[in-house]
Amino acid sequence: MTLIQVRNLKKSFGELEVLKDINVEIKEQEVVCVIGPSGSGKSTFLRCLNRLEGITGGHVLIDGKDITDPKLDINKVRENVGMVFQQFNLFPHMNVIQNIMRAPLKLRKGDKQSIEKQALELLAKVGLSDKAKASPSELSGGQKQRVAIARALAMNPKIMLFDEPTSALDPEVVGDVLSVMKQLALEGMTMIVVTHEMGFAREVGDRVIFMDGGYIVEENVPEELFGNPQETRTKSFLSKVL
Amino acid sequence: MDTIIAAFPYLLLGMKVTLYIFFFSIIFGFLIGLLTALMRLTTIKPLNWIAKVFVDIIRGTPFIVQLFFIYFGLNGLEFISLDRTVAGILTVSINAGAYFSEIIRAGILSIDKGQTEAARSLGLTKVQTMQTIVLPQAFRTMLPTITNQSIISFKDTSLLSIIGIADIVQRGKVHASTTFKPFEVWLTVGVIYFVIIYLMSLLSSFIERRYKIK
Repeated sequence: MTLIQVRNLKKSFGELEVLKDINVEIKEQEVVCVIGPSGSGKSTFLRCLNRLEGITGGHVLIDGKDITDPKLDINKVRENVGMVFQQFNLFPHMNVIQNIMRAPLKLRKGDKQSIEKQALELLAKVGLSDKAKASPSELSGGQKQRVAIARALAMNPKIMLFDEPTSALDPEVVGDVLSVMKQLALEGMTMIVVTHEMGFAREVGDRVIFMDGGYIVEENVPEELFGNPQETRTKSFLSKVL
Repeated sequence: MDTIIAAFPYLLLGMKVTLYIFFFSIIFGFLIGLLTALMRLTTIKPLNWIAKVFVDIIRGTPFIVQLFFIYFGLNGLEFISLDRTVAGILTVSINAGAYFSEIIRAGILSIDKGQTEAARSLGLTKVQTMQTIVLPQAFRTMLPTITNQSIISFKDTSLLSIIGIADIVQRGKVHASTTFKPFEVWLTVGVIYFVIIYLMSLLSSFIERRYKIK
């Protein structure tokens, strides 16, 4: 079943047109990795999917709801779309468990106990059960990012967006974060991952999208895109990063 | 020494008035500051403009002129009648509010945009994000500047004696002229101010340490 439908998506910042004409469909449980040079528009594309960036033109349907419709309550849609950022963006004035519980406590009708229970389960899932009461500043980058993943999962989203989740991390902890993401993919989460980790894209991705200059230049299953790229721009990009 | 001991209870009564006026002024001032800061940060142009003009006018005129305008000027209009205390509280509130406004605006702007984005991406509304994510962090960074401005406003209340409010300065004036001991009286007034302001800054550092982001 199609969960995300992007039709003729355009995005400009003033005069600068960052996304020119993006068309893509993503099915439930699919893991799509988006790669491309910096400035290609891949992060902007991702941020348009939960309207963190205002959309200039075209349509984005999330689970059948057109988020370009100004009458739509975007907050309801966002509850179903978790997002993980390059810079983690944990709330520094709250401890780890409070970070995870913040949104469910505010938005979901439910007792505190069950929300706390779920938060602890999520922490266990990302391997940080012992850090519930820690403050974000006491965590390493890899731990912060795993908490951020747990926080994004706390609203039980149907879709998870990852915006270069490992780019700000020390190389030795990248693996910890990627393995949590891989686990998530295996459990059937629909994921869109903007990444520079070609190994992850190849191994975990069901599909890889190569973006350049505001367009999707090429998309294919990882074996094909990495093994047998069709477009010159894809070839030249891959020759630099692989 | 006897003069000081004798003057003390009388002056303290004046400090009660000073503190009373300060207490209400700082609360109203803070609310005015918060409201105008949020007005300046919205995308609604007329609100930006109103808040900016307000801040500019208050910062661009002396406190004493504001006080005279409100107490004598507004009271000169037929349909308005403000008593001294109300006019005093109003002036200090408005004056502090304009300065708080800039402090709060800068504090909100100092919080990383990523914080708002993370909160909004979870489905929190603008208001919820402001309430639970941005403002709690902004207030921590603002606290020293807020304390500073509060102390300035506290001292500004001494000017209210000019319109006849029986604050500590007014009482000091009366007492100095009836006892002919200005040295002792004004020394005592100064010491009382100093002690209270010192306690205020201690309280502020305590709060700062208590809520520090580790």
